[in-house]
Amino acid sequence: MSNAYYEKIGRINLSTGEIKTEPLDLEIAKKFIGGRGLGTKILYDEGVATVDPLSPDNKLVYITGPMTGSNSPSSGRYMVVTKSPLTGMIACANSGGIWGAKLKFAGWDALIVEGVAPEWCYLYIEDDKIEILDASEYLGVLSEELDDKLKEKHGADCSVLNIGPAGEKQVLLSCVMNDKDRAAGRSGTGAVMGSKKLKAIVVKASRKQLDVIADVDALKEANKNCLKIMTDNPLTGAGLRALGTASLVNVINGIGALPTKNWQESYCPTADKFSGETLAEKYLVKPGACFHCPIACGRIIKHDDKIVGGPEYEPLWAYGSDCGNDDLWAIDEANRLCNEYGLDAIGVPCTIAAAMELYQNGCIKEEECDGVPLEWGSSKAIIEWTRRMGDPQSPLAKLMSSGSVRLCEAYGHPEFSMSVKKQEIPAYDARAIQGIGINYATANCGAAHVRGYMIAPEVLGIPAQLDRTVIDEKAGWAKTFQDLTAVIDSMGTCLFTSFALGAPEYASLLNAATGTNYTPEELLEVGERIFNIERMFNKAAGMKPEDDRLPKRLLQEPVSNGPSKGMVSKLPEMLPQYYEARGWVNAFPTDETLKKLGLDECVGK
Amino acid sequence: MIEVRFFATLRQGRGKVAEIDAEEISTAGELLRRFDIPAEEVSILLINGFHSKPEDPVKDGDVVSLFPPVGGG
Repeated sequence: MSNAYYEKIGRINLSTGEIKTEPLDLEIAKKFIGGRGLGTKILYDEGVATVDPLSPDNKLVYITGPMTGSNSPSSGRYMVVTKSPLTGMIACANSGGIWGAKLKFAGWDALIVEGVAPEWCYLYIEDDKIEILDASEYLGVLSEELDDKLKEKHGADCSVLNIGPAGEKQVLLSCVMNDKDRAAGRSGTGAVMGSKKLKAIVVKASRKQLDVIADVDALKEANKNCLKIMTDNPLTGAGLRALGTASLVNVINGIGALPTKNWQESYCPTADKFSGETLAEKYLVKPGACFHCPIACGRIIKHDDKIVGGPEYEPLWAYGSDCGNDDLWAIDEANRLCNEYGLDAIGVPCTIAAAMELYQNGCIKEEECDGVPLEWGSSKAIIEWTRRMGDPQSPLAKLMSSGSVRLCEAYGHPEFSMSVKKQEIPAYDARAIQGIGINYATANCGAAHVRGYMIAPEVLGIPAQLDRTVIDEKAGWAKTFQDLTAVIDSMGTCLFTSFALGAPEYASLLNAATGTNYTPEELLEVGERIFNIERMFNKAAGMKPEDDRLPKRLLQEPVSNGPSKGMVSKLPEMLPQYYEARGWVNAFPTDETLKKLGLDECVGK
Repeated sequence: MIEVRFFATLRQGRGKVAEIDAEEISTAGELLRRFDIPAEEVSILLINGFHSKPEDPVKDGDVVSLFPPVGGG
């Protein structure tokens, strides 16, 4: 019976050159859905938690969800799941574009890459065929150019995933790029590809649509219903298309939660200069959409004489106010360099901001800066240091490219690193928005906003408006958001659909596509199972309870300016409530919780 | 005076900022009517950076920020 999976996983051992086709275990797929959940389950079972992330023993799972490539709205996601060299914990970097849909059309639910190639190589996939090809001529080639070159060689109808020079050099802030401007951005997945001497994966598929849907008519009906809800919703129907995620710059600044100068301030008087409104007015060519997406939040911009993917909210903030900068052209350029070199456009600018604070305090000396001082607001600094972190040569560039924790520790000021689990914190001040702090502190991949987007209820009023300044009920909300997000990610659907859709709609889509019969409550329990196995991966990897934390600045230094002046994060009060809601003691699930969730393989570990 | 800040599509035909005499209005809702903005078009209404409702009072020196549905990640 069809079930939205091709029931096929490709296992590629780059050390031996062996390529195997393995069946997908449908019982496991039902318990973990696919994508993030299934990818983590595979790595947990194969003992990857304890390996050195940059050794041949680490594995890379490129994985789709059952909805990936389907006709459902915004269903083009794939994930790169591996052990992160940045955090030492689970990494699940999620990306759009068309690459994931093409992988599915070629008939693969997932690829597992292991070992290390004797020479630089890339994978060429055409339907059932997987080949390991020589990549030596592509070394050092920037990401967009490589996309063009591989399309020239294999045809314009293929889709290209690759690493830029940063991944080749095993830069810990490197990412995996696909379709030129889409990124599986966080946790250093590019470095793992680099450690395996794997430069790219090219996919070509004869199929143009999924032909394994369980109940085609039911999915058609569910799609129609979901599309109507999304179209009628002012945010997914029009707001995101008009201004993209960049529309948040003025909102978050307006409430005094826009971290500025490495979080020394939380309000930036000139934020409108790098806002979504200004981006649209000065540079926007058109909105950009991933596979089968009616939202179209992407920004296609004119940058000098080029048409390129423009910055999202996160890099606008991180290169903007967090670096004390309001030069939109310079932010566009730095963001473009992140795409070209294959760099995390959150981690890199946040690390530059930390370096600027070290420079402000005289820890980094001018003579270390090779002619480009790390001064607040310097356009030259954000551009040039991004380039240097993408292909690090000097001692300071090498240190910065390994992230803010390693940088700040080296200069004796770990408190300047605004990070959790060694990953830089995104663009919302957790002193001014209490609930997002729980998510930053507990996300299994390290600080992240997209593992339980509490900004939706606390700022945007979705699905209900909560008071951002109080902690009431935030623990329960954070848990529910985290569990639902784990479901959406694992389905291969874009998280942005959740501005309009809820658990009942996701259940309707998944049930129609796979032939399951989940209630919304059961689906949330699957999400909880996924969140818990990620946590057990981290436990095996050596995570300690004190890793669920926030930087001291957020707990002890009140917001210094703007509407939220005087606030601090109340995480110490919220965390015990959160653990209780999860059935965890000292940051980890009890055996009782694991049994309840059907995670018998984790009991006693 | 009350400072009114418009964002995203609400800037069309209104500019970025306007000022209004505090004696002329007493609530945020009256302010919306003054600028011909239907309440349902305003997704986020901030008074001095805090979420507010049309019935909430406004006074001299307040900053009112008005956003249509916006969001992202």
